[in-house]
Amino acid sequence: MDRKIRVLVAKVGLDGHDRGAKVVARFLRDAGFEVIYTGLHRTPEEVAMAAVQEDVDVVGISLHSGAHLTLVPKVMKYIEEFGGDLNELVVIVGGIVPADDIDKLKEMGVDEVFIPGTPIEKIIDYIKARVPEKKRTGEKV
Amino acid sequence: MFDEKKLEELKKRREGWEKSCLNPYLEKYGERDEMFETLSGIKVKRVYDPTDVAHLDYMKDLNYPGEYPYTRGVYPTMYRGRLWTMRQFSGFGTAEDTNARWKMLLREGQTGLSTAFDFPTLMGVDSDDPLADGEVGKVGVAIDTLKDFEVLFDGIPLDKVSTSFTINPPAAIILAMYVAIGDLQGVPREQLRGTIQNDMLKEFHAQNTLVLPPEPSVKVITDIFEWGVENVPKFNLISISGYHIREAGSTAVQELAFTIADGMAYVEAAIERGIDIDRLAPQLSFFFNSHNNFFEEIAKFRAARRMWAKIMREEYDAKNPRSWWLKFHTQTAGCSLTAQQPLNNIVRTTIQAMAAVLGGTQSLHTNSFDEAWALPSEEAVRVALRTQQIIAYESGIPDTIDPLAGSYYVEWLTDKMEKLAWKYIEQIRKMGEGSMLRGVLTGIENGFFVKEISRAAAEYQRDVEEGRRTIVGVNKFAIEEDLNIPILKVDEEAQRRQVERLKKIKAERDNDAVREALEWLRSAAESNENVMPPILEAVKAYASVGEIMGVLKEVYGTYRKPIII
Repeated sequence: MDRKIRVLVAKVGLDGHDRGAKVVARFLRDAGFEVIYTGLHRTPEEVAMAAVQEDVDVVGISLHSGAHLTLVPKVMKYIEEFGGDLNELVVIVGGIVPADDIDKLKEMGVDEVFIPGTPIEKIIDYIKARVPEKKRTGEKV
Repeated sequence: MFDEKKLEELKKRREGWEKSCLNPYLEKYGERDEMFETLSGIKVKRVYDPTDVAHLDYMKDLNYPGEYPYTRGVYPTMYRGRLWTMRQFSGFGTAEDTNARWKMLLREGQTGLSTAFDFPTLMGVDSDDPLADGEVGKVGVAIDTLKDFEVLFDGIPLDKVSTSFTINPPAAIILAMYVAIGDLQGVPREQLRGTIQNDMLKEFHAQNTLVLPPEPSVKVITDIFEWGVENVPKFNLISISGYHIREAGSTAVQELAFTIADGMAYVEAAIERGIDIDRLAPQLSFFFNSHNNFFEEIAKFRAARRMWAKIMREEYDAKNPRSWWLKFHTQTAGCSLTAQQPLNNIVRTTIQAMAAVLGGTQSLHTNSFDEAWALPSEEAVRVALRTQQIIAYESGIPDTIDPLAGSYYVEWLTDKMEKLAWKYIEQIRKMGEGSMLRGVLTGIENGFFVKEISRAAAEYQRDVEEGRRTIVGVNKFAIEEDLNIPILKVDEEAQRRQVERLKKIKAERDNDAVREALEWLRSAAESNENVMPPILEAVKAYASVGEIMGVLKEVYGTYRKPIII
């Protein structure tokens, strides 16, 4: 890949806890990714639209509201509606997500969920490995 | 505080100790680290002695509890007279669910209530709003109309239990609902006790529950002050909050400085409105975080009290000693809790709670060990409450007042925190060309607060990532583990039930009365009158939170925060 990996860091829904999203965004940028941060209080449509328009490789959704099971699938539905390809796009979720819900999110097609305390290095390594892997295989999610 | 000659002797004595005792030992064994520092980055010396606090004047800088500048506590007996209020923050699902949890907590010995609202309520949108989808009842209780409040307070006597409401943009509406419930229960308004958070400035710095722009937000808060001093004189009309500033990643010094700065801004807004400062000040309260660095937190609380007393007396010319008191609620640091090895969080919370008690808090929330995963389960919240009760009844900590006073380290650190906080305050005052109110608003506008806090958050994370700061069970002593703690599940049906109740209320209420009240509110807002009376009228007519906030949004506009990473 000759271009930088593009990552959208998104806050979706009404919660204002943006410490995690902003710290991760800053570290991803420092790690050499191109990072777009949506700012707060975005609707699923707005996040999906930004992902498609900005032609990102990764959508990282940060949630601390407990609304992940409602909002994350909405974002994914709109990405497809707006012409994005979830077979190639890596979707990750970060924030307060109970263990049972992590499995549910993965069944819905989320690639990975990172809970608080995850070293950011781990997220960086994951993105570096997963983006080319998904691009190559066009793996069905 | 000490005799000059003795200090000279001591200095010599210390040099002798360094030379003959310390240095040979250091050469042989070294120390764990090159440098030791607090969470705010204050360099901690190897050892403290009287020379570190010699500049302090006991009477002027500490004095006795209940006496200016209140460094040792605002009350002359502190916890020997009455323990702090044990006020666990709680709420989830519908008003019924929360009412049941509250009653459980009161049965278990909690002594005050504290309300967690869901995001739609906090943001002033109704449960049937598309923006609320998936969020109803999730992180707190869903409140749409007075009907929900009637259910929430069913069987809870307002004249016996005080309640705190963590709410900001719709604070006026929630206060009105509380007053309306008091009216229904027949409790005189002048007897009503409780607290609304009502601190929008820190929302712009950190917590981000944003609806109206900054200036109208301060206007509505000032309306609440003006109405509140006349109508509910025992109610805390604001809880000036550093808690969220800290959770967003600030240092303890920033938390202290920005909170005091915000407090000064509110006082200036009230004075500009013509409110008598000595009437308002006793109805101001504060809210701080208690994080892991034990002594820094204790020092922060002591410094805050001393600073506020000086500010109120010397800068704003308050005459009533009660106006000089800084009374505060404390919550242990949610952001310090780990998803990994969650039982360790009980220990963290205990240390933080002890710091709050040693710091002289008036009220305390201890976090539950499972909060990095979900809202607390019943078992987890019981342990959290028991933590407070063990400190209160078994540890002996509350038996003497401010027991760490006179500790060379604690006094030095208290002084240091105060000095560093003043530096920030002067910087903010300069941004406002002498006015703290203008300074804080300017700092919001130009991103000063957000940038300062973000920088501190990133530095903290860098220290954790690179192992300079240890988090037990996360970057050191980690294990492979399966999570086997019970997790509270909020009933997914809560949203449906809540939307149905709202629909029913809207069908049954007197819609003409709602319209009239909302029109009154609109004209009051447009003509810059106090919005509290029409809001109370609207609430009593069962207008919804979304409808009332809707009018304010139309008149005052809405706010979207600039994107700063």
